[in-house]
Amino acid sequence: MIRFSNVSKRYPGGYEALREVSFHLAPGEMAFLTGRSGAGKSTLLKLIALIERPSGGQVLVGGQNLNKLGRWRIPYHRRNIGVIFQDHRLLFDRTVYDNVALPLIIAGQGRQEIGRRVRAALDKVGLLGKEKLYPITLSGGEQQRVGIARAVVNKPPLLLADEPTGNLDPALSREIMRIFQDFNRVGVSVLIASHDHALIRSMGQRALTLEQGRLIGDGQLVSGESQHGQG
Amino acid sequence: MARAERRRDGGWLRNYLLRHAQTLFYAIGQLSRTPLATLMTTAVIAIALAMPTGLHVLLKNMQGVLSGWDSAAQISLFLEHNTSEQAALGLAEQLRGHPTILEVEYISAQQAMAEFQRLSGFGEALNALEENPLPPVLVVQPTLDRQDPQALQALVEELRAEATVDLAQLDMEWVERLYALMEIGKRGVWLLAGLLALAVILVVGNTIRLMIQNRRDEIVIIKLIGGTDAFIRRPFLYTGFWYGILGALLAFIMVELSLLALAGPVNSLAVLYNSHFRLGGMDFLTTGGLMGGGLLLGLLGSWLAVGRHLRSVEPT
Ligand SMILES: Nc1ncnc2c1ncn2[C@@H]1O[C@H](COP(=O)(O)OP(=O)(O)OP(=O)(O)O)[C@@H](O)[C@H]1O
Ligand SMILES: [Mg+2]
Repeated sequence: MIRFSNVSKRYPGGYEALREVSFHLAPGEMAFLTGRSGAGKSTLLKLIALIERPSGGQVLVGGQNLNKLGRWRIPYHRRNIGVIFQDHRLLFDRTVYDNVALPLIIAGQGRQEIGRRVRAALDKVGLLGKEKLYPITLSGGEQQRVGIARAVVNKPPLLLADEPTGNLDPALSREIMRIFQDFNRVGVSVLIASHDHALIRSMGQRALTLEQGRLIGDGQLVSGESQHGQG
Repeated sequence: MARAERRRDGGWLRNYLLRHAQTLFYAIGQLSRTPLATLMTTAVIAIALAMPTGLHVLLKNMQGVLSGWDSAAQISLFLEHNTSEQAALGLAEQLRGHPTILEVEYISAQQAMAEFQRLSGFGEALNALEENPLPPVLVVQPTLDRQDPQALQALVEELRAEATVDLAQLDMEWVERLYALMEIGKRGVWLLAGLLALAVILVVGNTIRLMIQNRRDEIVIIKLIGGTDAFIRRPFLYTGFWYGILGALLAFIMVELSLLALAGPVNSLAVLYNSHFRLGGMDFLTTGGLMGGGLLLGLLGSWLAVGRHLRSVEPT
């Protein structure tokens, strides 16, 4: 699903956020991306969603070489990726329903289809009764779930999440993770950036560890910060 | 993928049109949320559109008045000094039979003198002259009008050839001058229209620019979840469209009200001149031009603003 080959990212100003990163995420696989603050987790996700371009190497998503993707095709590329942001990025002047419907409206779906899919997505994240509310009236965990519903509403084959549990208590975090696992179980590839090692360990899933832009570990986290078993 | 889906869906054209209609009404819904700001912007646009439109209508009216006066082209025949009244009247009679002459009026040297005394203010002073220096005059009213200057000129030449005629003069300069003035007026209106069109584009462009700034976050989010530039552009273009249309409508009302306010005094003036002239309103072409112009300028202004400012709003 995702293949990085010697990918480097140097930001204007010279800081090298990623250095020669290579890994492969198979279709239907779920993995975590971990590392200290500033290690380059968000940068890696941004390269996949084409929010940033690599300064070296190749990124393939769904077999498509992103270096060869022109500017005008970026929106269509992004429609195949559900992205969940730490700061939710919801539209606060629109209802929960309208927020979740936005990707479908953008893709030009019919009104009935939109209604059906929005309700299905809200049902999956347990927010079916709140579609008429405005995001500002929801708790942090609920806002995060609205973001998840929006990311999955047009059934993308790949989900990216950047610190989806950043400000949530452990119980809520586990609940969010369970939602991601549910999607993974039906075949969606999932890549989650998180520095919550306890949570990652409890999930027992593959983890890619970054340190100062280098990929220094790939496998299940066992204990401590950078120890890995082979998964 | 999304494109393939859209093609598979048989009703995509209907969906497409529906989406446009939704955006159209969404845009006016957004405008109606800030009625005062919308009204002020619309009023500025309307004033800019109303000024050249109103002047254009007034010029058209003046043109109507002038074309009524056109036919009054006159030829003055100054006769030789020694021409007797008999000969002059004879010539007048002869000319009345001419096919392109409608009317001939005889002004004797004495009448001419009396009129000159009255108008010049020299009065009694002229009595001191031993003999009347003014010639008798025949004022010829041709059936031709100024639309046919060659025929008129030919008639003048013909009359000049008459033995008793000293000087034949076509009294058309003042009409010509008026026409020249009107031509300048028309140019002026076009120039003004051009400048004010630029003003409309700038006003709409600036308003849209502020809108884009205010909705930066929203634009970024839409880009992040796969909104195309066309999708993002659409509501702003429709906003420009509405500003143009609303501005033009308000301009129409402004011009019509101004004409209504002028109609009374103009009618009184027309009565003084014994004329049936009525101030005309906006005709179909002018109204259509105003509406179409407003719409296009609104669209153009928003198009330029969106093109300039949307690309700078990129997610990070
Ligand atoms: N737009 C940018 N311009 C310049 N430098 C940047 C930019 N974005 C990120 N960086 C730098 O790149 C490095 C990696 O940033 P990144 O956001 O990927 O880290 P992260 O692993 O997501 O950290 P965190 O856990 O704090 O979110 C940081 O040192 C950051 O300062
Ligand atoms: Mg980050």
